[in-house]
Amino acid sequence: MTQTETKTESEEWTPKIIAFLCNWCSYAGADLAGVSRIQYPPNIRIVRVPCSGRVSPFFIIKSLMDGWDGVVISGCHPGDCHYISGNLVARRRFGIIRDVLEFFGIEPGRVNFMWASAAEGERFAVLIRKATKIIKELGPIKKF
Amino acid sequence: MSEEEEEIRIGVFVCHCGSNIGGYIDCKSIAEWAKSLPHVVFTQDNLYTCSETGLAQIKKGVNENNLNRVIVASCTPRTHEPLFRSCIQEEGVNPYLFNFVNIRDQNTWVHQKEPEKAFEKAKELIAMGVAKAAKLEPLEKIIVDTTPTALVIGAGVAGITAALSMANQGFETHLVEKEAEIGGKLNILDKLYPTNQDASELLKSLKKRVNDNTNLTVYTSASVKSIEGFIGNFEIEIEQNGNVKELTIGVIIVAVGASLFTPTGLFNYDGQKRITQAELETLLKNNQVESSNVVMIQCVGSRIEERKYCSSVCCMVALKNALEIKERNPKANVTILFRDLYTPGTYYEDYYRRAREAGVIFIEYAPEKMPIVEDNQVRVHNEYLGQDILIPYDLVVLSTPLVSNEDNKDIAQMLKVPLEENGFFLEAHVKLRPMDFATDGVYICGSAKWPVDITESIAQGYAAASRASTIISHSTLEVEGATSSLPEYNRNLCTGCEVCITVCPYKAISKDENDEILIQQVLCKGCGVCGATCTNHAIVIRHFTDDQILSEILAFGGQYDGV
Repeated sequence: MTQTETKTESEEWTPKIIAFLCNWCSYAGADLAGVSRIQYPPNIRIVRVPCSGRVSPFFIIKSLMDGWDGVVISGCHPGDCHYISGNLVARRRFGIIRDVLEFFGIEPGRVNFMWASAAEGERFAVLIRKATKIIKELGPIKKF
Repeated sequence: MSEEEEEIRIGVFVCHCGSNIGGYIDCKSIAEWAKSLPHVVFTQDNLYTCSETGLAQIKKGVNENNLNRVIVASCTPRTHEPLFRSCIQEEGVNPYLFNFVNIRDQNTWVHQKEPEKAFEKAKELIAMGVAKAAKLEPLEKIIVDTTPTALVIGAGVAGITAALSMANQGFETHLVEKEAEIGGKLNILDKLYPTNQDASELLKSLKKRVNDNTNLTVYTSASVKSIEGFIGNFEIEIEQNGNVKELTIGVIIVAVGASLFTPTGLFNYDGQKRITQAELETLLKNNQVESSNVVMIQCVGSRIEERKYCSSVCCMVALKNALEIKERNPKANVTILFRDLYTPGTYYEDYYRRAREAGVIFIEYAPEKMPIVEDNQVRVHNEYLGQDILIPYDLVVLSTPLVSNEDNKDIAQMLKVPLEENGFFLEAHVKLRPMDFATDGVYICGSAKWPVDITESIAQGYAAASRASTIISHSTLEVEGATSSLPEYNRNLCTGCEVCITVCPYKAISKDENDEILIQQVLCKGCGVCGATCTNHAIVIRHFTDDQILSEILAFGGQYDGV
């Protein structure tokens, strides 16, 4: 990597994304991506939660208000929840959240809900690349 | 919230993990930088924080600097959190005051080509970790006593097996049966596949073992009236002949089995000339089968829109009874009309071969063209011939499924466990926890879950008993401290809307006699769904409180000034 390249790269805007990962599936999936050395953009900051169902709508709104450009919530696949049905409660909740965001004038694409199991390091990386791309295209979050 | 506000003193230990982290980012300068973070009074970088030396350095750091929060920035909490927690616990710091920051698996390993960015990311993750650590509160694991007694509901072969297994392990065991006799379906069966042992023989030996067992109390013509309490400490009421008996029970095994299905209106069923396999068993038992032309029809009332499941036992029952008829009267014509024939495993497939060798005729039918039972013949369409085959009969035997018991609903409600769409009991997880319910301390075996045969019932009986004994073989039970709670100071926020009761997967939340929300800590697993659903933020999810998670969110923007 040459000096100039580093400079252009650092000048280019990249989003800051907060990722709420459930302890049992997605957090482990993110670890597996690491163990398998699968590379993905360094834009996410992971917050470990017991279950995707723990993620309150309040956390999402507060994150966006505080200047995070995007939010990722990832839990176990439906049927595989460590807490039986927490991820299904989460899924229902985020269906609504996206509508509310639109009402606020925030692009729903900033909030990405996904499933990744503990065995899906590759899938985790792919989904994070995808979410990063979507949020990057949306540009910096507007203060509200 | 402690009475006296103790000064928060955080120590941050940054691990090189050899070159796994240190090879990409400058851990020394990160440790140096971390000193600038709020409440951080000590930082250090270690080659391997998890090594003997590393752990000794943590202990030294804690002692010399009076640390009351410890952060390790390293690999992943999934492998190393217990180690560091016990390390600080040895130095008198509550293990819940430890916080892990993952800068290897989720940082240097996934950004190997962008070390500068990984460096910045590590710093931000540590800043978030420090913000959360400042908000951490000490927690205690809860210890509850367990009662070394077991209740088994249903005295069929699964229930008897489970009860005997519990009793033989030395636990006081109570076996409740709603019928006048124990034994369940063994009472009506003739022979048992694949050994062709008499069902009555097995029943006799089981009854003897039940009677001889001093740890086992049997209640026949009895039912469970109420179940209160939780794992290790259930309060049970059993009603028998109008008398109610109260018991304190540690674990409960559900072995209620399943019911026979009467195929009213199907294939001209009349219970005389057109009977079910169960009725045929009785005829065989009493040696009353005189028919020389027998036609059996499989999948009667199962694998249809209304009842989608396969009853799993009927193929083998039909084969067994067909062979039995052939054995007693080799000249008898036995024809089995089937959709698919399931004979899994070595023994059962061998049984099928034997039936073919004995001259049992198998004819496949398609669900679109069901066989028609006429007065003296059965009409079945054969795909290969492209025409109907007419089979004369003097006995038609319908292979009907086992169906769920009608009173399953009552038992499920008392136990707070779910039923599936067909009314059978639903286990916690089909692969990970097949003998458990989501509700702790309650287990399941036999046909209560879905129809299984005697062999499988016995295996499941043992399995459920072994799961149950893992609980009551200890006098106490340790329960995770990071659970949901409704603290006194939040009581006034609770509107009593009951949404938390609805979403809790473990039925840990209820209302007490004063109509106030009560969270049973013993039942709670700390998933946090209730806390995130509570519209008034009254419920606190310990170790993942709103305050703690918000501090992580807000550490990035720098706008954080407390909630």
